[in-house]
Amino acid sequence: MLAEQQMWRYRFAKTFRRGLLYAVLIAGALVMMLPFVWMVTSSIKAPHEITLRTIQWLPAVPQWENYKVAWEAAPFDIYFKNSFIIALTVMGLDVVFSALAAYAFAKLNFFGKNFLFLLFLGTMMIPGEVMLIPNYITMVNFGWIDTYASLIVPWTVSVFSIFLLRQFFLSIPNELFEAAILDGCGKFAYLIKVMLPLSKPALVTVMLFKFIGSWNSFLWVLIMTNTPAMRTIPVGLTYFVSDVGAYYNYLMAASTFAMAPILILFLLLQKQFIQGIARTGLKG
Amino acid sequence: MLRIPAQMKTKKYWKETLEAYLYLLPAFTILGLFSFYPVVKSVYMSFFDWSLLRDTQYFVGWENYEKIIGDPVFRRAIMNTARYVIGYVPISIALGLIVAVLLNSKIRFRGPLRVAFFLPWVTSSVAISMVWRWIYNQHYGLLNMMLAGLANAVNTVVEFVSFGHLSEVWQFSNPNWLMEPQWTIINLVIIAVWQSLGYNMVIFLAGLQNIPHELYEAAEVDGASPWQSFWKITLPLISPTTFFISIISIIGAFKLFTEVYVLYTGRPGPVNSGMTIVYYVYRNAFERYRMGYASAAAYILFAIIFVFTLVQMRASKRRIHYGS
Repeated sequence: MLAEQQMWRYRFAKTFRRGLLYAVLIAGALVMMLPFVWMVTSSIKAPHEITLRTIQWLPAVPQWENYKVAWEAAPFDIYFKNSFIIALTVMGLDVVFSALAAYAFAKLNFFGKNFLFLLFLGTMMIPGEVMLIPNYITMVNFGWIDTYASLIVPWTVSVFSIFLLRQFFLSIPNELFEAAILDGCGKFAYLIKVMLPLSKPALVTVMLFKFIGSWNSFLWVLIMTNTPAMRTIPVGLTYFVSDVGAYYNYLMAASTFAMAPILILFLLLQKQFIQGIARTGLKG
Repeated sequence: MLRIPAQMKTKKYWKETLEAYLYLLPAFTILGLFSFYPVVKSVYMSFFDWSLLRDTQYFVGWENYEKIIGDPVFRRAIMNTARYVIGYVPISIALGLIVAVLLNSKIRFRGPLRVAFFLPWVTSSVAISMVWRWIYNQHYGLLNMMLAGLANAVNTVVEFVSFGHLSEVWQFSNPNWLMEPQWTIINLVIIAVWQSLGYNMVIFLAGLQNIPHELYEAAEVDGASPWQSFWKITLPLISPTTFFISIISIIGAFKLFTEVYVLYTGRPGPVNSGMTIVYYVYRNAFERYRMGYASAAAYILFAIIFVFTLVQMRASKRRIHYGS
């Protein structure tokens, strides 16, 4: 009898704790989502609804045409095109150049290997802001201001990608490599035919981070571009503010479509993304 | 023992060296031009009165550094950053750890919850700062409307339980978050906590996986409550992760720029209340074209960050040593 009572008490305590756990987590998640929710609902409100002094969560009639108005109020088609061209090119070149370098560091023996590797790693300790000014002058001297070249070329190699791929390549057994070389397989063919197919998860992680980093990059694009023709989404968005001023419904519509590609990409590939961060502890 | 003749070994070695350099060529060229060279060049520039508007530059020695250290605006930037770090790092770490511990138990909807907490970290700082600008709006912003509602509710309850003796205990003054300088750092802290919490959570979740489950089982057998297990097992064993996150958060905090720029539409907050070191560099280089001066400021930023990097490196070395 007593045991049964205790059992019930234990079960009650456990259920209660469980309920509390869910309540706290769901409340927390809702708070985290609140700015996104407010962004989307604001984006479909009518002008008089945006200037209400009490909270109105949903508009009386969703104003979907706000998106059309915002899209046409600034050259967002050009901004999007630029963002895609730049992010995809940077991502593609970075993964190729970094894989080549990582392969050399992981599988080849050569003169100055440790020195070069440390030299590469050392740049990860230096904040990019230190390189900003000389790079700006280099771009002026090259005549690359306001061109795709300035927005792409400096970002086509990242030591982080090299490091991540090298670590992954090292985990692929050397016996395989030696056997293949003995059988007359060239080193480059080995990289293409064996290493890269085996390294798909690492390659996806590197490409994902590079794409998102490039898409979201701001300061460099801000100082490199003078005309709307070369601006990317984030920089275009900051200019859009001064164009539309206090029309926050249009501004929120623009913020929504500016974020959309990355949010979709993240939701599709969130496992790789979160695992990648957990493994590397990367800070953007 | 069979020995490879020295001649052959070196020949093979040099051949492989040549091949390796070919693989490294693209990476080395790009890094050389846009990383190695600028790092050296900006040290050099920091000793010059360097302007893009003229052809000759004047050597000034340590003058740039002396001027920066003596500049009240630069000191303001350092102070702002310090306040920002003290505000955001502990809160973001504590909340990240709490959410990670809660999510680490066997629960349903773990995936969607994790995504909800993590989502702010992925989104572009520009778009998200725009949304916060709207939330902080004095008259129509979500924050003030929610606070007004809360104040109203609190006042009603207090008035009721005190039989009408206490009315209007919370006189809500509708603060103008983006115009009053005392809120600037708090605004930035709120955004930073919201944005980085999920990232910290992911790192903590990875750290929690490494704590042996037997420890918790043994503690439970010994009659420890979950609360005690948290303080006696989780917290001490997760401390290397906590340390790692604090250092990288501090380093990140010193690079604050985009959020300020967007929140205050290209100004460093009212009366420099949002001035940061990177903003200081940006303003001097790209608004005033004082390239040498800005380079010196950037190097001071580097020096500060370098100290934290060294601390992190020493600590992680010790950690590996104890671990093996």
